[in-house]
Amino acid sequence: MIAFILKRLAVAIPTLLVLIILSFILMKVAPGGPFSGEKAIPEAVMKNILARYSLDKPQWQQLLEYIYNIVFHFDFGPSFKYRDRSVNEIIAQGFPVTLTYGFWAFILATLVGITMGIVAAIRHNSWIDYLAVGITIGAQVVPNFVLAPILVLVFTLWLRWLPGGGWNDGQWNYVILPVIALAATYLASIARITRSSMLEVLHSNFIRTARAKGVPGWQVIVRHALKPALLPVVSYLGPVFVGMITGSVVVDLYFSTGGIGQWFVNSALGRDYATILGITILLGALTITANLVVDILYAWIDPKIRY
Amino acid sequence: MKLRNVLGVAIAAALLSSTTMTFAADVPADAKLAAEQVFKYRVLDNIRALDPQLAEDVDTAYVVNQLFEGLYNEDAEGNPVPGAAESYEANADFTKYTFHLRDAKWSNGDPVTAGDFVYGWQRAVDPALASTYAYYLGLVNVVNADDIVAGKLPITDLGVKAIDDKTLEVSLKAPTPWFVKTLAHSTLFAAPKATIDKFGADWTKPENIVSNGSYILAENSPGERVVVKRNPNYWNDAKTVINEVQFLTINDENQGLTRWRAGEVDQTDVPAGQYPALEAELPDETYSVPQFCTYYFSVNMTDSAPEALKKKEVRQALNLAIDRDIIVNAVLQGGQTPAYSFTNPHTSGFVVPTIPAAGMTQEERDAKAKELFTAAGYGPDNPLTLDYIYNTSEAHKAIIVAVSQMWKEKLGVNINMSDMEFAVLSDRRHTQDFQLARNAWCGDYNEASTFLSLFDSKSEQNDSGWANADVDKLLADAKTAADPNPMYTKIEEISSEEIPIMPIYFYAKVFMQKPTIKGWPFNNVEQIWYAKDMYITE
Amino acid sequence: MAVEARTDVAARREDLADKPVKGRSLWQDAGRRFIRNKAAVFFLFLLALIVAFTIVGPYFAKFTIEKVDWTILGKVPAKGMPNIENGHFFGVDQTGRDVYIRVIQGTQISLIVGLLGSAVAVVVGTLYGAIAGYFGGRLDSAMMRFVDILYSIPYMFILILLLIIFGRSFTLLFVGIGLVSWLGMSRVVRGQTLTLKNREFVEAAIATGVKPLSIVVRHIVPNLLGIVVVYATLLIPEMILLESFISFLGLGIQEPNTSLGALISEGASTMQYGVFWQLGFPLAFFVVILFAFFFVGDGLRDALDPKDR
Repeated sequence: MIAFILKRLAVAIPTLLVLIILSFILMKVAPGGPFSGEKAIPEAVMKNILARYSLDKPQWQQLLEYIYNIVFHFDFGPSFKYRDRSVNEIIAQGFPVTLTYGFWAFILATLVGITMGIVAAIRHNSWIDYLAVGITIGAQVVPNFVLAPILVLVFTLWLRWLPGGGWNDGQWNYVILPVIALAATYLASIARITRSSMLEVLHSNFIRTARAKGVPGWQVIVRHALKPALLPVVSYLGPVFVGMITGSVVVDLYFSTGGIGQWFVNSALGRDYATILGITILLGALTITANLVVDILYAWIDPKIRY
Repeated sequence: MKLRNVLGVAIAAALLSSTTMTFAADVPADAKLAAEQVFKYRVLDNIRALDPQLAEDVDTAYVVNQLFEGLYNEDAEGNPVPGAAESYEANADFTKYTFHLRDAKWSNGDPVTAGDFVYGWQRAVDPALASTYAYYLGLVNVVNADDIVAGKLPITDLGVKAIDDKTLEVSLKAPTPWFVKTLAHSTLFAAPKATIDKFGADWTKPENIVSNGSYILAENSPGERVVVKRNPNYWNDAKTVINEVQFLTINDENQGLTRWRAGEVDQTDVPAGQYPALEAELPDETYSVPQFCTYYFSVNMTDSAPEALKKKEVRQALNLAIDRDIIVNAVLQGGQTPAYSFTNPHTSGFVVPTIPAAGMTQEERDAKAKELFTAAGYGPDNPLTLDYIYNTSEAHKAIIVAVSQMWKEKLGVNINMSDMEFAVLSDRRHTQDFQLARNAWCGDYNEASTFLSLFDSKSEQNDSGWANADVDKLLADAKTAADPNPMYTKIEEISSEEIPIMPIYFYAKVFMQKPTIKGWPFNNVEQIWYAKDMYITE
Repeated sequence: MAVEARTDVAARREDLADKPVKGRSLWQDAGRRFIRNKAAVFFLFLLALIVAFTIVGPYFAKFTIEKVDWTILGKVPAKGMPNIENGHFFGVDQTGRDVYIRVIQGTQISLIVGLLGSAVAVVVGTLYGAIAGYFGGRLDSAMMRFVDILYSIPYMFILILLLIIFGRSFTLLFVGIGLVSWLGMSRVVRGQTLTLKNREFVEAAIATGVKPLSIVVRHIVPNLLGIVVVYATLLIPEMILLESFISFLGLGIQEPNTSLGALISEGASTMQYGVFWQLGFPLAFFVVILFAFFFVGDGLRDALDPKDR
C-alpha cells in the first residue's frame, strides 16, 4: 500500500508541472490582457505596469521564474487586478470558504444520498422507492443555477429564515443555502447509484445464504451487503469531488461567499494570470489527492484489490 | 424621479449650502433617527485596491470616497464645497490656485498637511506606481504632469507645491476656471506618506490603513463585502450620523433585488426593464435620476474600416434609423433620455446644441435614412452586413437585438453580433479592431471637455480613431477661450455630421432605496455620494 | 403418468427435429429485454416525439429567432404570455422575441451538442482505450498514466480558458465538451478490451495473420459496442448539463442562436418578475430530455447486460 501511495505521489509532480505549463500557455494565448479597461492606458504608464509584473520579460523566462517561485518559496506572486493582494492571500482567504461549504455539501450528499439509496433498495417497488427515484432524478436534472435563485426566493424572501448571501466568517446560517445548492445534484446521483448497486447485491447468492442462515435483516444489510454495495459509489466519489469544485462557481456567484470558484471565473475573465495559475494548480493538487484517497478507500473496502 | 423627495432635498440643500458653509448630515429637528445607523449598499463587483491614486472603477471609488477626503467635496447638487481645504484663491487667468487647508487629522491622529497632498499627487503621476489614472493630472492641466508620466521629468517637477503645512499652490499649464470641480476625484486625494513607506503595497489592509475621511476601513472580504466604520478623528465627525457602511458584492442584479426586498440591502440597482413595474409597485422606493454618462456605438473611422462605413451617407443612415424612443421607452424603461449628441446635457455650464435629427419624427428619420442608404448604393440588391461587438450583459444584448432588427427591417442591414468579456472588448476598441462597438463614457469632472476631449485625434480614449483637424483646433481653442461653448457646439455639430459615434442615450441611475435612507444626492449628476451627508430614520 | 410424459417428450422431440431452428442473436435478446422495460420504451417514445417536434415545429412558427415583437417589447409581463392568437405559443422573452421558435432552436442545439459531444468522447475514448488495452505492456502503462495525469486537471477550467482564447464557436463547444469526457470512456473500454483480447476469436485472428490494428478495429471494437452505447447514452445528459453550465457563465453559443442552457439561464434570472413561461418551457424540455436519456440508458444497460438488474 505504501509503495502504491508513493508511486502515485511520484506521478503527481509531473502532473502538476504539466498543469502549470498548460495553464500558463493558455493564459498567454488568450486575447485581452490584465490591464485592458475602459480608460486606455498611455504607453508610458503601460511600460511601467508591464515592468512591475515582469510581463516585459520573454515568456519562457516568466514561466521559469514562476515555477521557481512556487517550488522553492510557495509564492504564487502578486495578483494583477488586486494591487494590495498576493495570490497567496487570495487563496488563503477564499479556499477555507470553499472548503467549508464544500466539505458539508460532500458529507450531506454522501450520507443522505447513501441512506436514501439503501432505504429505497430495501423497500424496492414500494412508494418509498418510487418517491426516492422521482426526487433523485428530478434533482439530478435541475441545474444548480436554477436551484440557487429558487432557494433564495423561498428561504430568504418568502420565509425570511436564512440570509440570501454573504459569508459572515462562516456563521452557520450563511452556510446552509450554499451547501444545499451544491449538494442537491450529487445527493441525487449518489442515491441512484447506491440504490441500483444495493439492489444488485441484495439479489446475489451470498446474501441469500446469509438470510438462509438466519442472520437478522438489518445485520444482513450492514455487515454483509453494505461494503460490496458501496464499491461503485466509492469510485464515483472522485467525479463527485471534481463536480463540486465546478459547481462551487455557481454557488460563489449567487451567494457572494468569496470562495475560490468565483475568483477563478473573475480572474479568467479579467486575465489575472497569476490568480488563474494559482487556483488551477491548487485545484489540480486537490484533485490528485482526492483521487488518491478514493483509490485507497476502494482498496480498503474491496479485499480483492491489492496494490 | 420622486419630485417630492427631490424638492425636499433641494430646498434643504439650497438653504444650507453656500461657498463657506460645508455640507454634512443635517438632520431635520423632527426626524426620528434609527437606533442602528448602518447603510448597506450593493455593489456589482469586487472592490479593488482602496488606494486613492489607484482607484479606477466606480465601485472602488464609492468606498474610497468614504475613506478619504480631497481638497473640495461635492454637495447634493454636485457643486464643490470645502473639504480638506477651507478656501482657495485663483489668479486672474486661472493658472495658479492657492488652497488653504483646515485643521484636520488622519485617522491615526497625524495632522493633514499640504505636504500630504503634494505626496499624493506626485505619486499619482509617478511611473513607478503605474496608476491607470496617471493621465488625470495632465488632463486637468497640472504643469509637467504628462512629461512626468512619460518618464521625462522627475516627480518633484509637478506643478504642485506646499508653501507651508496649510497652504497648497497648484500651477496649471492653461487657464482652467473649472479646476475646483476636478478635486472630488480620488486621484487628487492626499496620501499618508508615513504609512505607505512603512507597509508598501499592504498599506490598504484594514489593520494598516490610515485615512483622512469620515470613515475608516473595518473589514475587507473580497468577493463578499467591505465594511467601513466611523472615523472619530474626522474634522467634521460631530455631524456624521451614519456609523457604518457595508458594501455588499452581489454579482447578479436580480439577486440584488431579491435581497433588497428581503431587507438585507438598503440600496440596489434596478435590473434593466423592471423600472415601470417596480415604480408602480413601490413608488416611494424606486428612483431614476440622470447620470453623467453617455451610451453610444463607436464607429471605426480608420483605414481598417469596411468600405461601407467609410461612406458618410451610410453612417448617417444607420444613425438615423435607430429608434431611440423605443430603446429608451420599451427596452430600458428606466428614465433614460435619447441622445443625439455626445456631451451629457446635465454638464455644468454646457449649452446643448440643436441637432436636426433630434427634432424630426422617427418616420422622417427613417425616410431620410432610406434615402441616404440607397444614395450610397446599398439596398435589397446590394445588402450590407456589419459586425458589432459588445460586452456580455443582458442590457447590452437587449439593446443590440432591438437595434439590429430596426436596421434589418428599415435598411436590410444584417448584423453579426458578438459578445465578449469587458477586457477583450476594451482591447479591441482601443486598437480599432472592430467595425461597430458598444461604448460608454462617464465624465470625470463636471465640465464638457471631459466628454469632448475624446474626439481629439491624439486622445487614447478615441476608440473610433477619428482624426478631424477642425475638431482638434476647436478643442485647443476651447481650452483658452473665455467662453468655450461656441467651440463645443461646433464640435458636436461636426460629430453629428460625420458620425464617428452614434449616441444612443444618456444614462440614468435607476435604483431602489429603502425609504428610511435620507440625504441621498439625487440632483448630483455625477452621483458622487458621501455617507457622512446621509442619515437613517426609523 | 411417467409413461405419458415420456411419450409426450418423444413426440415433441420428433416435432422439433422437423422444424428448422431459428436462432436468436444477442442483439435480439437485448432488444426483447429492452422492450419489456416500460419506462425506457416510454421515454424513448417521448424522445422521438421531441425530435419530431424540432423538425416539424418550425412550420407552425410565426416568427424567426431574432424577430423583435415591437408591440409587446416593454410590456412583457403584461402582454408577453403564451397566446395562440398572436402566434406566441410559448410567450415572449425579455427582449421581445418569440419563445416557441427559440425553444425549438435551443432544443436542436442542445441535442446536437450532446450527441456530437458524446460522439467525440466515444470515438476518442474507444480508440484510445482499445489500443491501450489490446497492445498492453508498456504502451498500455504509458497511455493509462497519461489518462491519470489528465484526470487530475480541472478540465472545466481548461475548457473555460479554451473558450476564452479561441472564441466561442459552435464547433469548439462540442469538441471541447467531448474532450473533457473521453477519459472515463477510455478506462471502461480498456477494461473491456483486456477481457476480450483473450478470447478465442481474437486468437484465431492473430493466427490467420490479421494485423494488430486491424484486429482492434474490426474485431475488438464491434464487440465493445454494447458497453460503449450504454456509456454514451448516459454521457449525453452530462454533456447537455455541461453545456448549460457554460451558457450560464456566458461562454456558450453566440447570439442570436441559443441553447436550452442559455434559455434556462435567462429564464432563471427573471423568475421573480412573473414571467414564468420564459423558464418553464425550456426547463420542461430540458428535464424531459435528460429524464429520457437516463431511462433509455438504464434500459439499454439492463438489456445488454442481464446480470445488472
